[in-house]
Amino acid sequence: MNNEPILSVNDLHVTFQTRGTTALRAVDGVSFDVHAGETLGVVGESGSGKSVTSLAILGLLPKRGVTVSGSIRLDGKELLTASEREMLTVRGRRIAMVFQDPMSSLNPVLTVGRQLTEVLLRHGVCTKRAAPDRAADLLDRVGIPSARQRLGNYPHQLSGGMRQRVMIAIALACEPEILIADEPTTALDVTIQAQVLELLMGLVRDSNTAMVLITHDLGVVAGTCDRVHVMYSGRIAESGERHRLFANPHHHYTRGLLASVPRLDLVGGKLTPIPGSPRDVIDWADGCAFAPRCPAVTEQCLGVAPELVPAANGCMVRCVHPATEPVSLGVAG
Amino acid sequence: MFKFIVRRLLLLIPILLGLSFLLFIWVRALPGGPATALLGERATPERVAQVNAAYGFDKPVLEQYVKYLGRILRFEFGQSITLRKDVTDELLRRFPATVELAAAAMVFAVGLGIPLGFAAAKRERSWVDSTAIVASLAGVSIPVFFLAQILKWIFALKLNWFPTIGRLQPTRELEHVTNFNLIDSVIALDWGAWVDTVKHLILPGIALGTIPLAIVARITRASVLEVLNEDYVRTARAKGMSRRIVDRRHVLRNALLPIVTVVGLQTGLLLSGAVLTETVFAWGGIGQLLSGAVLDKDYPVIQGGVMFLAVVFVLVNLIVDVLYAVIDPRIRVR
Amino acid sequence: MATVQEHLQSLMGNRVVETAGSSLTRETWRRLRANRIAMVGGAVIVFFVLVAIFAPWLAPYDPRVNTWFDQIRPSSVPGPSREHWFGLDESGRDLLSRIIYGARTSLVIGIVSLAIGASIGAIFGVLAGAFGGWADSLVMRVTDVLLSVPSLLLALSVAAVIGQSQTAVMIAVAVPNIPLFARLLRSSMMAEREKDYVGAAVSVGIKRRPLVMSHILPNSLGPMIVQGTLALATAVIDAAALSFLGLGSADPGVPEWGRMLANAQRYLNVAPHLCLIPGFVIFITVLGFNLFGESLREALDPKLRR
Repeated sequence: MNNEPILSVNDLHVTFQTRGTTALRAVDGVSFDVHAGETLGVVGESGSGKSVTSLAILGLLPKRGVTVSGSIRLDGKELLTASEREMLTVRGRRIAMVFQDPMSSLNPVLTVGRQLTEVLLRHGVCTKRAAPDRAADLLDRVGIPSARQRLGNYPHQLSGGMRQRVMIAIALACEPEILIADEPTTALDVTIQAQVLELLMGLVRDSNTAMVLITHDLGVVAGTCDRVHVMYSGRIAESGERHRLFANPHHHYTRGLLASVPRLDLVGGKLTPIPGSPRDVIDWADGCAFAPRCPAVTEQCLGVAPELVPAANGCMVRCVHPATEPVSLGVAG
Repeated sequence: MFKFIVRRLLLLIPILLGLSFLLFIWVRALPGGPATALLGERATPERVAQVNAAYGFDKPVLEQYVKYLGRILRFEFGQSITLRKDVTDELLRRFPATVELAAAAMVFAVGLGIPLGFAAAKRERSWVDSTAIVASLAGVSIPVFFLAQILKWIFALKLNWFPTIGRLQPTRELEHVTNFNLIDSVIALDWGAWVDTVKHLILPGIALGTIPLAIVARITRASVLEVLNEDYVRTARAKGMSRRIVDRRHVLRNALLPIVTVVGLQTGLLLSGAVLTETVFAWGGIGQLLSGAVLDKDYPVIQGGVMFLAVVFVLVNLIVDVLYAVIDPRIRVR
Repeated sequence: MATVQEHLQSLMGNRVVETAGSSLTRETWRRLRANRIAMVGGAVIVFFVLVAIFAPWLAPYDPRVNTWFDQIRPSSVPGPSREHWFGLDESGRDLLSRIIYGARTSLVIGIVSLAIGASIGAIFGVLAGAFGGWADSLVMRVTDVLLSVPSLLLALSVAAVIGQSQTAVMIAVAVPNIPLFARLLRSSMMAEREKDYVGAAVSVGIKRRPLVMSHILPNSLGPMIVQGTLALATAVIDAAALSFLGLGSADPGVPEWGRMLANAQRYLNVAPHLCLIPGFVIFITVLGFNLFGESLREALDPKLRR
């Protein structure tokens, strides 16, 4: 495997500002790399900036009221300064995206087949004549029975799980180098979630596509990703290789996330959610944003924001006094 | 699909029945009693008795209603008091004129309204958008009979760009096959007449179509704005579809749904506005007939005209409903 | 530990705190006042009402007096001048006075017809929404039929039946409002009925009527006011349209804006002010109501809240 990253995000800042309100720094200095074939997990609560990051990569943020700075390089090509025409060749072709809610993410008045062939023809993957066959093929690959008939169905005629499979088929239609999956299973029934996740993993592995899996659910990340970034309030709080991170998380937020996951094998254990809510936050300019909710907060945490530095567990941590003892939770490798 | 149409047609029946019932009461509420009112000046005791017998005004109410329904179903509205002609004949004769006018107004309203609304939506919160909002509010505030006169004054009387009244120049001869001048002139291969017809259609068409234009532009803007925020538009863009394709295939197709409904409702405005516009421009349609009938207290014509236009309105809305089902596959399956 | 918490509190307090729970009316009023368009519309409405109320004091002459009849020729009607700011009308009466008194006529007709139509409609709507079942179906069928006739034609038919008078116009213009308000109240009622607090109240044994009166109706008030303002605008136009067509007061001396426009047609070429002035006045008045009503609707819309 080539060690040059195919996607390189550097010091990304995304600020929202509408007339009459204070500026909101949704993404506040985020950097990470994606290598070919690897699966990257981005974990965080709502408001952490994880979805905004993915939209920024594809250039799908609104033009008005949004400022984006930093660098996003795809194979060396800078995306943030690319023209709209150039971005049209990237979207769907080199980087594709699967969104959270398949019902609202599919056009209700177009058939499933049309929405598939549309992207195939757009990027010249096949001829007009061959398109329906390719589309049926794709539906087959994502595990939709009677694929041929399904081409003529409309989104509302399919179940939630099937719709998400269609979304995945659309995303992988042109064999992109990177697939960004933003909460791909959150809107689905619990029983279907595992199926769809497995499908995603299988497809991505077979085609050696890199995947960025964005989620708030640690369970999803634990079984699937090679490396994980934990985001909080627009910055990366902790990041590292999966085993190391789960075996011994150093950031108090990551620990809190792990502790709040209900565990079937720890009978009689208490649920310990992270106190407060994402709204109990301070500006990074005033110190560590997690401070209001952190069980180990001290005066040192306030005044200046901590930097992202290497820690004892082999991960990068953004904390002035990270927790260092291994957590007494066995995590399925 | 076919079942859908049939079901909608069946729903029409209670409405038409209700309408006929309303008119039934209406006739009986006319000043002086129905027979006297329907006869007008020609009312003499013998004639009144004749009408009473013929229409059964002296019979029990239920029997009257049944007979009345029978007449309505056969489109018998009696005779016009002033014109001494059969009301139904006159209505049918003048109907094409009103349709031509209404169609011209609708083409104006939709042809300009949708692009304007779309443009305003895409430039939300810009000055273009604010102007559009105020302009559309102004558009619905201006009375049709005022706008018609202003247009007539400026463009016909003062500037002489367009004719002032009528559907054709009085000196022109056109053989009336369908009574749709646009069609008849094509049939007769009389291009001069065709151009003349269009020239006569412009001012009344704009006058009648301005209020619908304002409404269509507004609803288009609102609808497009809502659709632009939908997730599937984001998906389309994420697939790499160009702006133009996204606009046409994803945004417009979905935005069209509420617009189509509104356009159907606008026909009501067009029909009632036609009464006023046709008066100002002396347009020989049902509208002018109705406004004259009001002045003359010509009740048979009023009754026939209103019923006729109401039925047209109901039918147009039915067509709109079917169109809606064609555009939106979600409706069809039910 | 205490100082760290205090430090945190002071840092968090720097953020903008949303004022939760400010009452609906205060919030709406605040948004309205900030909206320039709403203020312009409101100013027009106030102006119109004041003119209508103080007509006898504002009008320079009696609107029915046609002393200046000798100045009228078939091809000339005097336009605006120093003695007559709006000129004369085709019968030799002062146009300004007629416009001013016409405001009074329009206001009265508008308010009365709206009151009649809205109350009747509201009663039906509340009954349909509160009781459901056959009451609901009946009201829906009736409103369907009423709505199947374009509103002006409906008003026209009613006025034709009642006869030539202003009362006829008032009742006629009221009729198309009935189905509109019935539907509005019905959907408001049904939406409220679904809400949890109703189920809770009923389960504790609270009777239906006090529930409707003290809870559900006030919540439907907002949309009703919006609809009322916009309906008033339509009423003014419809009433003018009816008098344009020749309905309305049998007495030609009574100033009605619509009638003025009808009479102006003959003189369009020679005396355009007969058409332009009354028409423009109607336009501005209705525009004022529409601007205000639309801004009110936006101000009340919870979806638009930031």
